[in-house]
Parts: sequence; C-alpha cells; structure tokens
Amino acid sequence: MMTEFKQLFPLQVGRVHEACGPGAVAFAAMVCGQVDARVLWLQVGWQTEQLNPMGLVQFMSPKNLVVAQAENHTDLLACTEDGLRSGAANLVVAEVTQTLDLTAGRRLQLAAEQGGSTGILVIPEGAGSNATQTRWHCSPIFRGNHKSEENLTLQHWQLIKNKTGTLNNWKVCWDAKAHRVIVVSEDGE
Amino acid sequence: MPRRIVSLWFPRMASDRILRSHPISAPFAVTSYEKSTERLYCLNSKAIRLGLAPGMGLSDAKALCPDLLTRAADHYADDRFLKLLARWADRYCPWVGFDGHDGLLLDVTGSTHFFSSEADLLGDIHERLRSYQLNVRSGLAGSIGGAWAVSHFSKGVVPNGQLKAALSQLPAAALRLDETTCATLQRLGLRTIGDLLATPRATLGRRFGLPLMRRLDQALGEQAEQINAVAPDVSYAARLNFPDPIGLYDDVAAALERLLQRICEKLKTQEMGTRVLLMTCQRVDRASVQVELRLARPMRDAATILPLFERSVREVDAGFGIDQIRLEALSVEALPVKQLDVGGAQAKQNDALSDLITRLGSRIGLDRIKRFQVADSHIPERSFIVSPAAYCEAEGEWEVQNGRPLRLFSPEPIDGREKSPPTAFRWRRIRFSVAKATGPERICPEWWLDDPDWRSGVRDYWRVETKQGRRLWMFFTPQNPAWFVQGEFA
Repeated sequence: MMTEFKQLFPLQVGRVHEACGPGAVAFAAMVCGQVDARVLWLQVGWQTEQLNPMGLVQFMSPKNLVVAQAENHTDLLACTEDGLRSGAANLVVAEVTQTLDLTAGRRLQLAAEQGGSTGILVIPEGAGSNATQTRWHCSPIFRGNHKSEENLTLQHWQLIKNKTGTLNNWKVCWDAKAHRVIVVSEDGE
Repeated sequence: MPRRIVSLWFPRMASDRILRSHPISAPFAVTSYEKSTERLYCLNSKAIRLGLAPGMGLSDAKALCPDLLTRAADHYADDRFLKLLARWADRYCPWVGFDGHDGLLLDVTGSTHFFSSEADLLGDIHERLRSYQLNVRSGLAGSIGGAWAVSHFSKGVVPNGQLKAALSQLPAAALRLDETTCATLQRLGLRTIGDLLATPRATLGRRFGLPLMRRLDQALGEQAEQINAVAPDVSYAARLNFPDPIGLYDDVAAALERLLQRICEKLKTQEMGTRVLLMTCQRVDRASVQVELRLARPMRDAATILPLFERSVREVDAGFGIDQIRLEALSVEALPVKQLDVGGAQAKQNDALSDLITRLGSRIGLDRIKRFQVADSHIPERSFIVSPAAYCEAEGEWEVQNGRPLRLFSPEPIDGREKSPPTAFRWRRIRFSVAKATGPERICPEWWLDDPDWRSGVRDYWRVETKQGRRLWMFFTPQNPAWFVQGEFA
C-alpha cells in the first residue's frame, strides 16, 4: 500500500525531518505556514542567501519568526539542539551546510522528543543523517503556459526516506486562501 | 514635635579634601579658572593668615607669597566627596540633603535624644570631622534658614523660641540673599536681621519684593522649606569569599545561586529587573575570569536565571582554584510587580521564548538573534528591518504582497544586455531556458539615501519561470544595460 500524503503531512511533531533540493526552503516555509506557530530559523552567518520576510508573508506571518545566525556549523547544531529541547518554538528550522553524522542526527532527534517541537533541517543534497524521520527532495516545477492563475508555488515533493512506511512522491502547491498545502496530483497519474 | 535642623558648612572643603591625602604645612590653595584668569578658589588656614583671599588672581597671590602651593580645582571630585559626607551623616539622622556645593542639611528632628544634649550632638559632629581633618562650621536651629544663618555667621545651638532673638544679632547677609540686595540693605542702614524685623513689612515688601520676605519668613520658620534628601544609591552586587579555593562546577554553581538570591531579593524590593549580569571569579593566582550573561528580557527570578548561566560557567577555567566570586547586575530596568495569571499561556510562551533567546545568545551573541519588522520602502532590501529579538517586540502588520521572492541575495550578474529577458541564460553554472517572464516592475532608487548597490540606476524587475522549474527574480538596469538575479521564489 502506498503512503498517503495525509499520513505524513503536517509533519510528525516531536521529530526531526530533513529537506533537500532547490525547493527545500519553500518546503520549510510551507510547513511553518500550515502549522502557524512560533518558528526559530537558524542559519550560518556567512550565508549570503537570506530569508525575505516580504516573500515569506504568503506562507506565515514574520511576526512569529525569530532568526538566529550562528558563527559556524557546530554552533548551528548546538543552537538547534537547544531550540528543540526548550520547546519554546514549535518549529525549529536549521539551514545545515555540511554533512550530518549519525550522532548529530540522533542528538537532535532526542532533543526534539524531549521538547516536543518539530525540527526541519534544510540540507545539501545527500548530506542527511540516518536518524531522520522523513527526508524530502523538493524541486519547483514549471506550471505550464496554459494555466492563468497566479500560483507560483507548484512543487514536486519526493519522499526519499521514511522511517515508518514506503516512499512516494507528489505534486503539491500552496493554497494561500486555505493556508495549507494541497496535493495537485499523485505522481504517475 | 518641633522641627530641629542641623546645617553643616565646610568652608574649606576643596583644599581639605586634597590635604587629607597629602598633608603639608606650607600655604596651599586650590585654583579654578574664573573670569578669564586663574584665581584662588579655596585656601588653607596658613595661606589665609598670609593675607591671601579667595577670588584673588593666582599671579597676584604668587607675588605676595612665592612659596604658595596650588592645585587645580576638581568640582566633580568635590561633589563626590560631599556625597560621601552625606552618606556619613546618615549616622545622625536618616534625612540628609545637600546645601549648595559645600554644605549639608540634616533633619535631626526626633533623633537628638541619642546624645545627652543638642550641644553634644554638634560636639560629636565636630570631633569626628576634626579627626577626618575637615574644617566645619555648624548650627542647630528650628528652621533651615535659621540653622544656615547660625552655621555661616555664628555657631552653636539655638533653642526653640529663641530663634528670633538669636537671629536679630546676625547680619542681613545671613538670610541667604544675593549680593546686590545685601549691598542695598547696607546702604539703607539695615545691617542686621533685627533691623529688618523692626521695619514694617509693607515697606520692605514694596522695596525688595517677594524674595527678601520669603527668606525672612523661612529663617524664622514661618514659611515651609524642604530638605531634598539624597536618594541612596542601590548597587546590585554581591560577593562571596571562600576560606579554601573551589574549582568544581557544582561548588561554583552553588556559590552563584547564593549570590543570585541576594541580588534578586534586592531587585525585588526595588521592583527592578536585570538585563546584564557579570560574574567575576578571582583565582588564587591573582588572575580573574569574567562571565557575562545577557538576558533577553529583564528578570529577577534566581531559579530561572541560574540554568541560563550553566553553559558559560562550565567554560570557566578555574586554574588552581577560585577564592572569590562577585556577581553584579550591570544593567537594570524597571520591572514592576505583576499579577501572576494576567498573561496566561501566551505570556508563559513569550517568557519561554525569551529564555531560549538568552540561552542561544550566551552561545552566539544576543545581537545575532533577530526579528523582522515592517519598514516603509519599495527597495526590496529595505522593505523590512532586522532588529535584535531581545530588544524588540513581535509586532507590526505584514501585508501579503505578491511578486516578492522567498530568498533574497546580493545581485548576481548573468549574460545579456537586451531590454527583454533573455530566452536562455547561465546562472550558478546551470543552464536555464526561460518559459515565462512576467514584468517589468520598475523600482527607482531612493535618491535621499546613497546606496552603493543602487548606483546603477533604476531597475526593471522580472519574475522569470524557467523550464527547469526554478523561479527567479531578475532585474535589468536600463541605464547601465545588464541583467542580474536577485532572488528566488518558492
């Protein structure tokens, strides 16, 4: 039996999930938007790509967002762990730039369980750790010329790791009115 | 109970203060720059005996007395010294105020019975100040004006009821009048306060106006006058010395807890909260280690602050052991007492988030944790403000604006000089072919702010969807034809 989108999304609370691919940041933004909660967003300070609150607004209110810039990879992971453990932020998003080993992944997983918050790690492709609950590969896709609606969020989400079930992939987009992710089509249809 | 006031006047405070630490027997003067020349400001008794006087030019004084030693006046140090004396005067009564820059006023009402008589009280003050090598003149009377007059122009105690008689003998200048009024009174032959009292009030009032009448009434205690007591400085610091040096984390944490409780108690009574705490560990080898904790909100709850200290305390290098720990609240803010349940769950969550910010701040620095705030600008980079989360609230209404990318980066050039978007381009070593381009949206630079990034002139922004899927925010600068990528959509 194929895994249903509903079973996995919104993401399981108290676990750490991973997202990679060119649409990974959008994935994190959509998850935050659907939950509509306090978000701690961690980055490494030297990163030139910054989050734009004016673009984020269609997913979630930047009011609920706290952005932290760590100096290096170790600090970033330590801050992520602290954030997950305290439970003060319902979602902790960390933009990881290096490969995660199993120890780091497991520590984050334990911290998330303890604090009851959800972690999303935006990772470079192939840099995830085995301790993650789910891993998603996200890439934007062109909506086609015939569609006239102003939805610029069509994405292809591939579930490439799942601890509790089989893999699958979907085409999804963000519905700004309903404020949630909707499945446009199961892939293969 | 009738009011009793002590007025203390330190006629040679500036020179006494300096001579206390460097006693000399030669003539000595403190000079200050007044009326475009260096003048004598305060002299010791030997200099006065030699015929020098305050206000005299320094060069004249040097001519009269070639071996005169001088020192420049330091008015701030004098004021600090007077503040010390005010604190010292607490031993006689709790209500002590300043009188100008060289005197103190003590409201000793109800506290004179600790001495056998009021004269003994003054005697005790004189004796102690003499042992501190300070010249002082004092007066005790039933009003502030009366005490001032006695201390400056006479001495001793004026019992209640005899104030009028005692003041009658004193010159009119004892009423704290300005120089011109004094001179006029002299010229009119009204030399003493007794002369003034004998003159009909109506005439005096018409000639000299309200100030003289007020001073007269104040001296006789008929008009109220306040002593502005010096507010005590509260220092939020505590120190713990150990008989034997400590080095284990648990010991330091236990000591820190005790210090925190002491400081927090003080903060609670003053209804303050601290923002910055500094722990200084003095080590046996005379080195000291400092640990600073910056809090994301003003706090005064020892149990909450202590765990926030944990990480930095663990990093302290105890060396051969720590034998003193000092904790100080460097920055305090008003934190009024609040009813516990008002905020409910929301407030609790806010506090938890502030604690998290503090915890992260102790690792990466409090100013690196930020919040976005709304700004009023069309320039994409300036349409929001990034400010430290610890010092701003989550507020502002964000309007949903279409056509703004999720990611923003500094403009990255791509090939192409045409006005219309290129059909294919390379960006970050990837080839893209354009499927659809929406635009242009022209944004002009803000000429009132000189932004080097915007020197290339106006920008035509395009939303470009590629066949490969990625949606980019690109712009063309018509004044310097070139194409750039500045952002990426979701």
